[in-house]
Amino acid sequence: MADRDHYYHQHDLARFNEIERGAPELAKKFFDWYGAVFAEGALSAREKSLIALAVAHAVQCPYCIDAYARDALEKGSNLDQMTEAAHVAAAIRGGASLMHGVQMLNHVDELGM
Amino acid sequence: MGRVLPTLHKLGAPLARGDAQRARLAAVPLPRNFESALASGGLFPLRPAGLDILQINVGKRCNQTCRHCHVDAGPDRLDIMPRAVLEACLSFLERAGIPTLDVTGGAPELHPDFREIVTRAWALGVHMIHRCNLTAILLPNYSDIPDLLAARQVEVIASLPYYQARETDAQRGEGVFQESLVGLRRLNALGYGRGTGLVLNLVTNPVGTYLPGNQTALERDWKRELARRYDIQFDRLYTITNMPISRFLAFLDEQGRTEEYLTRLANAYNPTAATRVMCRTMLSVGWDGTLYDCDFNQMLDLPMVALAPRTIFDADVAALKSREIAVGPHCFGCTAGAGSSCGGAVA
Repeated sequence: MADRDHYYHQHDLARFNEIERGAPELAKKFFDWYGAVFAEGALSAREKSLIALAVAHAVQCPYCIDAYARDALEKGSNLDQMTEAAHVAAAIRGGASLMHGVQMLNHVDELGM
Repeated sequence: MGRVLPTLHKLGAPLARGDAQRARLAAVPLPRNFESALASGGLFPLRPAGLDILQINVGKRCNQTCRHCHVDAGPDRLDIMPRAVLEACLSFLERAGIPTLDVTGGAPELHPDFREIVTRAWALGVHMIHRCNLTAILLPNYSDIPDLLAARQVEVIASLPYYQARETDAQRGEGVFQESLVGLRRLNALGYGRGTGLVLNLVTNPVGTYLPGNQTALERDWKRELARRYDIQFDRLYTITNMPISRFLAFLDEQGRTEEYLTRLANAYNPTAATRVMCRTMLSVGWDGTLYDCDFNQMLDLPMVALAPRTIFDADVAALKSREIAVGPHCFGCTAGAGSSCGGAVA
């Protein structure tokens, strides 16, 4: 087990399909479904790639950011669009935190005079 | 125009030489070589499927120095196709009955006989393609070129990396995008790309070390964005993979990404694309009359295999159609993903 000084390794992205070493039937279902999800549909493949990039930021997955930064460029997106997608992720994350402030207000109203 | 980079030739860089580029490519460890990839589909040795296009490279002189240029073209490149070679090309075009003349460079319109090439191709009744960088036609003494192209119904294939300035200028030089818009508007005003029969196709190369996306999807986006932002129309968008040759190879080396990029190309080998590579239907002529299987081989100084005709002066259709096509690791650039050719994706 070389190269263990970091938890994430860029080259591991290419090993994603090794997940099929266990429960291969689930892996097959996952990868088939994954491929279908990203196919051109009601949303274009480029739009789906930008959504994936935004979600990658939201879930802070380094593999997904590597994969979908490249994929978004290959699909024809530009830096402005990709940055706006990251801001969407950040806005939802930040908004989700702040929206819980209403829960706080509810408690303040209940507990206060 | 802002930035004009020195060419590898001007810098005296080792990769200015074709043999040095071939040696560099040969030293890159790959999962398999191109010959074995072809052999896996019964395509080795690769042979022509016809002779539909004569592509002549009339010289490496250009007013731009794009960072991905496989020609290492630029203002300091002074080699141009001599008159005798040009005459031999036009003679062969007629003798061989080849329907299409594809004129490339450098910026072809900077060749002193470019106007005559247009006129002679028209007189021969062949379809002519002009590979245009959109800014040479704006230079003093060349402003008549668009009218001539339109009058002779020349198909224009114009290079534009992206539909906005940041990406285009990163690849082609500061200010090139705005100038390119002027060139596009000029062509549109003449009827190019507006359904009049005057064909204006655009070519995009990725602005970086990634592969081009789906050509059909990109064309849809480009048509929408160029129309919405600039009221510019065009016919088709061609996606072309950056070839690990010349300045792009030097760029990959600078970035330390040569092996990664070539491996990506090799892993994306598409056997369907391999059956449709452009070298199977075209012949490439260098400025000095030397024959090549394609413009990429030309820049690598990779000649046709032994026994095939070596120059346009001894070109023989039957011998050319039965030749073996010379290949190398760079050929993975034409077979990766949806494939890549001078006419865009092939699969």
